[in-house]
Amino acid sequence: MSSLQTKDLTLAYGENTIINSLDIDIPEGEVTVLVGGNGCGKSTLLRSMARLLKPQEGGVILDGEAIAKLSTKDVAQKMAILPQSPVTPEGLTVLQLVKQGRYPYQSWFKQWSKEDEEAVESALEATNMQEFKERSVDSLSGGQRQRAWIAMTLAQDTDIILLDEPTTYLDMTYQIEILDLLFELNERDGRTVVMVLHDLNLAARYAHHIVALKDQSIYAQGRPEHVVTCQFVRDVFQMNCNVTSDPIFGTPMCIPHGRGRCILQQSG
Amino acid sequence: MSKYIPFRTKRDRISFFFDKKSIKYTSILIIVTLLLCLASTSLGQVLISPLEVIQILLGSGEGGNAYIVEILRLPRILIALFVGIGLAVSGAILQGMIRNPLASPDIIGITSGGSVAVVTFLTIFSNENDALTVSIHWQPVAAFIGAMVIGLIVYVLSLKSGTTPIRLVLIGIGLATLMDALTNLFMILGPIYRAADANLWLTGSVYGTNWDQVKVIIPAIVGLIILALLIARRINVQELGDELASGVGSHIQRDRLLFIVVSTALAGVSVSVAGGIGFVGLMAPHIARRLVGASYGALIPISALIGGILVVGADLIGRTLFLPIEVPAGVFTATIGAPYFIYLLFKK
Repeated sequence: MSSLQTKDLTLAYGENTIINSLDIDIPEGEVTVLVGGNGCGKSTLLRSMARLLKPQEGGVILDGEAIAKLSTKDVAQKMAILPQSPVTPEGLTVLQLVKQGRYPYQSWFKQWSKEDEEAVESALEATNMQEFKERSVDSLSGGQRQRAWIAMTLAQDTDIILLDEPTTYLDMTYQIEILDLLFELNERDGRTVVMVLHDLNLAARYAHHIVALKDQSIYAQGRPEHVVTCQFVRDVFQMNCNVTSDPIFGTPMCIPHGRGRCILQQSG
Repeated sequence: MSKYIPFRTKRDRISFFFDKKSIKYTSILIIVTLLLCLASTSLGQVLISPLEVIQILLGSGEGGNAYIVEILRLPRILIALFVGIGLAVSGAILQGMIRNPLASPDIIGITSGGSVAVVTFLTIFSNENDALTVSIHWQPVAAFIGAMVIGLIVYVLSLKSGTTPIRLVLIGIGLATLMDALTNLFMILGPIYRAADANLWLTGSVYGTNWDQVKVIIPAIVGLIILALLIARRINVQELGDELASGVGSHIQRDRLLFIVVSTALAGVSVSVAGGIGFVGLMAPHIARRLVGASYGALIPISALIGGILVVGADLIGRTLFLPIEVPAGVFTATIGAPYFIYLLFKK
């Protein structure tokens, strides 16, 4: 198991501070979801955890060591990242894509070892993509394409997987399919999953641990059932709502106020 | 049946992955290339039967035809072949690095750098009687240096805590335009008959190349292609975008510098002997992608062969179609290339 923390992490784009002196402990072997309003820095935080953004101060600690000091291949063997809507090179097949997840284990002389093949096969199997192996990624549907990308991060065989809004641009069926898949990977292999999600209700349903960001720092974190309240939604998203319990899962469910057709018989 | 052939030594110390389709296309294209070279050696003002060409190549020919084959045609065809290979692979690497199928050494200014260097060379080293004061053999050296310098300037200017593909393209296009303006300026200021010389070079031609050049070009291109194959894996991973590439442990900036150096050197070597043969670096990788997909292990050899075929073919047409006039190969690559470029733009 690998542990992931941030320590006194300050992130900025130029003069603009996005995250200020942040300490987070990502729970090992659980699903953590980062939520927050637009521009609160949740994607920025995820990018810095994946060493795509240099911190102004502080740092990200992987297994007790600052990732800035680790070799990029060592980090890549412990932590995979799937950015938001990645671009696919024209004509790349699913197999060729998934194979690239093995990059941190390969060298010029060792490009397709037995382990590589096994890891790629099991990633294709876990994502149910075996039958699409020879298809080019750009010919797939949105959900299949996202599964292919997830397969690539699985082939990387890491304890930690970071995903930036893995369900964006997907219709409802695929959103659930992808989140179920990630949940299953967490349950089956105990992988630590950290992702940014826009949909608070889905976040509450899949996350063991929810981290809400506001004003360059953490507003609240913990089990969704403890954290997600009317006050929470009002403070984090500047929106009034009712919070009830999801009729199927019992997880907190937020119903936003606002305008709309009201067909309820108002009592009294 | 599997479409791939894994190759592994004991205990996985060495392992590779071959795609059957690309092996098939590589074999076909090698045969096409050889046949085309043979045809090109046979055809011309004097027709020599392919059989005789083979005899001459095996060392048993004599007389006029042997002279035509060995001195006039063969070095020229070999140069055309390797220039095509160099330009195509240079374009392939740039397209992967910039992640845009419209990138090529002529578009980001590398070829223009060579052009400016050549016209500058012709202007500076001419005396009042319009005679060159140094040997013309220095011209390729000037072209190579010009191409490398511009490649480097494009890189340095786009550097700002690392470089991004889009910055590289925009700065490249800007510099290319500036270089073309300078080229025109020098051609107007310089002696008129030098302008004619320069013009032949700018269009791109393998006319009058000789064995001395072959001996320099072939090892240089072969060496660089081997290097390109060694870095194919890294190009593949960069094509997925900076985020994923660094996520799987690639050294983005270090590798990007390496790609620029290799592709500029390939274009520079090609341009140095053959001038600005346009659009090969654009077309060849694109056609190759159509045939074998996006994996660089296959894309590099296939692009190389297609590039070679394009330039040898263009030179063959240029030599034979309007006999006795010779038209530079660059005219024909541009005739196919320009519409192809527009087609690509529309398709995007």
